[in-house]
Amino acid sequence: MLFFKYLNVCSINKLTLIFTGSTSKSEDTDPPLDDETGSKVEQAKETSTDPIINITGDLPASDTQQPPTTNKIADPLLDLFSDTPAVDAKKPIQPIPDLFEDEGSDLFTEPRQTKPAKQPQKSLFGEPDEDLFAEPLGATSKKTISQEPKTVTPKPSGDGGDKGANQREPADIFTEEAVITAPTVSKTPGATSKTNGVHSEEDTDIFAEATVELSLDSPHNERKKDMTAKPSASAPSLAAAAAAASLTKPQSAALEETTLPMFRTKTFTVRRRFSDFLGLYEKLSEKHGPNGFIVPPPPEKSILGMTKVKVGKEDSSSTDFVERRRGALERYLQRVVNHPSLIQDPDVREFLEREELPRAVNTQALSGAGFLKMINKATDAVSKMTIKMNESDVWFEEKLQEVEAADQLFRKLHTLVESLVVHRKELSLNTASFAKSAAMLGSAEDNTALSRALSQLAEVEDKMEQLHQEQAANDTFSFAELIADFIRLLGAVRGSFDHRMKAWQRWQDAQSMLQKKRETEAKLLWANKPDKLQLAKEEIVEWEAKVTQYERDFERVSATVRKEVIRFEKERTKNFKRQIIKYMESLLQSQQQVKCFYSSLGMKKTM
Amino acid sequence: MLKATLKTKRLHSTQSVSDTPHLPQLSREVKFTVHTKTTLSSFQKPEFSVPRQHEDFIWLHDTLVETEDYAGLIIPPAPPKPDFEGPREKMHKLGEGEATMTKEEYTKMKQELEAEYLAVFKKTVQVHEIFLQRLSSHPILNKDRNFQIFLEYDQDLSVRRKNAKEMFGGFFKNMVKSADEVLISGVKEVDDFFEQEKTFLLDYYSKIKDSTAKAEKMTRSHKNIADDYIRISATLNSLSSDDSTANKKHLEKMSDLFEKLRKVEGRVASDQELKLTELLRYYMRDIQAAKDLLYRRARALADYENSNKALDKARLKSKDIPQAEEHQQQCLQKFDKLSESGKKELTSFKGRRVVAFRKNLIEMAELEIKHAKVRSSIQLYYICFIMCTNELQYAWGICKILCEQI
Repeated sequence: MLFFKYLNVCSINKLTLIFTGSTSKSEDTDPPLDDETGSKVEQAKETSTDPIINITGDLPASDTQQPPTTNKIADPLLDLFSDTPAVDAKKPIQPIPDLFEDEGSDLFTEPRQTKPAKQPQKSLFGEPDEDLFAEPLGATSKKTISQEPKTVTPKPSGDGGDKGANQREPADIFTEEAVITAPTVSKTPGATSKTNGVHSEEDTDIFAEATVELSLDSPHNERKKDMTAKPSASAPSLAAAAAAASLTKPQSAALEETTLPMFRTKTFTVRRRFSDFLGLYEKLSEKHGPNGFIVPPPPEKSILGMTKVKVGKEDSSSTDFVERRRGALERYLQRVVNHPSLIQDPDVREFLEREELPRAVNTQALSGAGFLKMINKATDAVSKMTIKMNESDVWFEEKLQEVEAADQLFRKLHTLVESLVVHRKELSLNTASFAKSAAMLGSAEDNTALSRALSQLAEVEDKMEQLHQEQAANDTFSFAELIADFIRLLGAVRGSFDHRMKAWQRWQDAQSMLQKKRETEAKLLWANKPDKLQLAKEEIVEWEAKVTQYERDFERVSATVRKEVIRFEKERTKNFKRQIIKYMESLLQSQQQVKCFYSSLGMKKTM
Repeated sequence: MLKATLKTKRLHSTQSVSDTPHLPQLSREVKFTVHTKTTLSSFQKPEFSVPRQHEDFIWLHDTLVETEDYAGLIIPPAPPKPDFEGPREKMHKLGEGEATMTKEEYTKMKQELEAEYLAVFKKTVQVHEIFLQRLSSHPILNKDRNFQIFLEYDQDLSVRRKNAKEMFGGFFKNMVKSADEVLISGVKEVDDFFEQEKTFLLDYYSKIKDSTAKAEKMTRSHKNIADDYIRISATLNSLSSDDSTANKKHLEKMSDLFEKLRKVEGRVASDQELKLTELLRYYMRDIQAAKDLLYRRARALADYENSNKALDKARLKSKDIPQAEEHQQQCLQKFDKLSESGKKELTSFKGRRVVAFRKNLIEMAELEIKHAKVRSSIQLYYICFIMCTNELQYAWGICKILCEQI
């Protein structure tokens, strides 16, 4: 157990190690940026901790304590509060976390404008707190709302039932957790305390990375940190919390928090459907793919999985499926926002910010656009086979081979891990039935000591069954999903190589076209037709320009691909290492427990 | 003092040139060597060995069961036939899947298979040995002439395997027996002790049969997981050999981890099998033997009651009275003898059972703890290895492991 603490501490230390630099940097830049807000930030930070304690503490309780506590907050905020006296008491919370990111005046204007009017957001904010205190695993949003005493705004009826809608305001959580470590307000569900250590640092550290959070039922907050080179105040931090899967249609809510000046507000939540994620991917890949960027791919559509969920089958496979999808979407979004170029794309911003996205119909399988896509894919495949690229750069060739080999092996590994999961689930089932049988045997046994021992054996085996279940779940989410992600990413890498090849092809085609034009010109010259000659000369000029452009394009694409691949590899290594460690830690933990269980059996066996 | 130990050797087919062990197709191919040490004068030599086959054991068991004199004793259950079905199936699958696996993976799986085969072998030997040992430690049974022949006769016993008729006859007898059992359970039991024992044994038997089946499934799942680990480890290995980035180190380590883990998992599975499943299986058979004793006694009781009725009838008819009386006396004697020895046997059986259960369960728990420790230290080691970026952390990790061991 000691070691676990060490491990946790170690990983946290690593984080802080990396980020102390940025923290101090950003803190230094904060005051100069906006003196008042800077000081207010400090002040707000301190004072707001108190109100936040009270506020969060009160949330399930009553409204009345809110106004006095909020008064403690710095002046500018008071304006806000007085502005919105009649509004849901939770609103005041919203500006407070925003203070922690110090984009000055925007803070105070934006929240006021954006927050009050937005019904969905309000209710969404309603839910996070709700969820924080009551852990509504799998509870529908309607239920959560009914539980929540404070929700003034009715949830928009169009949402359907959100399964465990857990949109959360990360800032809230951060502040809350920072606070909670101190006065030990035990209102938070246990799971958030898990991330306590990490979050409390983030409070002091001005976020140096983009974080995306999608949480479904359980209050997981995955926060990842990347360094960005924003000279202005704090680096962007995005936290998106998404809850997927209503019964009627998949809904996702992305809650984000950011300090990027390009975003209007600091923290916001939006609802997104699964098809929206797919639509985003389509747009990004169309725009950036041909340039050689590796656009992270989202999880695939799964008709079987979704049908099961829609039908309302309440078994573990559908919850599994939803959880897997949620995790995959979260990681997908995280990769998108981590990519330094993709984050600049207005589509991404729109995806993260805009309230209602136009429905992405072209992602539907059975639509016109869908068929078009399929045809395109087919032609691409054919052309890939026919294009024989003259590879001038051996680096690319090697890399491609590596990628392909890795892809195959990863696929194999994936199937193996899936079968491991199946076997483990079998084991847990069998252990459970054995436990029952042993219990019956113990009751049939007439020797009392042996009978007691047998029933204890039954208990131990029961616990082992639990353990095996957990281990199977862990295998799935830490290991199998990771591998599935890699496989998809490798596919994307392959795609970028393909784009490069297309660019090369274009260049070659242009060259051959130019050649043809030159020949035509020569012919015309020889045939002496001055008017057509002029045309031909113009065409030649045009094609020469094209050739140069395509050549340059190709070079550019190659360079981008190279850069991307290197970046991809680095990221992959980092991710992989982290995931492995997490997986092994959990293996270790389960072993410790096995030891405990069997020791308890042994000790009692002193008959 | 009579001590019999059992050794066995495999029958190797001379034609096979490969290094794969020849899995015995028939139990005939498994040869046991029974080694006896004795101080009893009834034997010619103080120490001797004879080769025996599985059929010989069955023959011995059957003759003992059929001996009237031993009706009041619990005859130790016959050892089950050597069952290499599991490993053989796996071998078959392995042969089929050879093309899809890498050479390493194939070798590892073959090793695993051989280990499994050996485990089955060990189990078989153990079971046969226990059978003989129980016979030799039983005060009455070890004097049995057939038993002595079994131990001493150094020629092949040429036990005629039951031909079809006898097999069928045996099957029929079993059916009659079970029908009888049902009838006889209706017979009123005079002795409380036996009444209790009967209900207890019947109940216990069904429960232990259930537990045995479930335990078997559990150990099989464990084995499946160990096999999965092998394949995962091999795949990770090939991944790491292809990889040229920093990932390579991680993948290697992970592959090693799984390799080591699967050894532990395999051992856990086989230990659990030996201690738990075998224990349950053996006592299931033993309880069946005890039930057989009860059956015989109940049969004798029924006979006695029938003879009583016959005597009454004879008395009424005033015919054949002395025969009837004698018959009745015989039955009564038999019944009494059975009851007396039965009581003794059953009591000692109970004690024996409790002791065996206790020993095996404790051993199993201890083994599980040991394996869990091994597993956790392995994992600790690998976590350190992967995480460590400098010597200091590495050393720190090792210290942690050592602390854990203490």
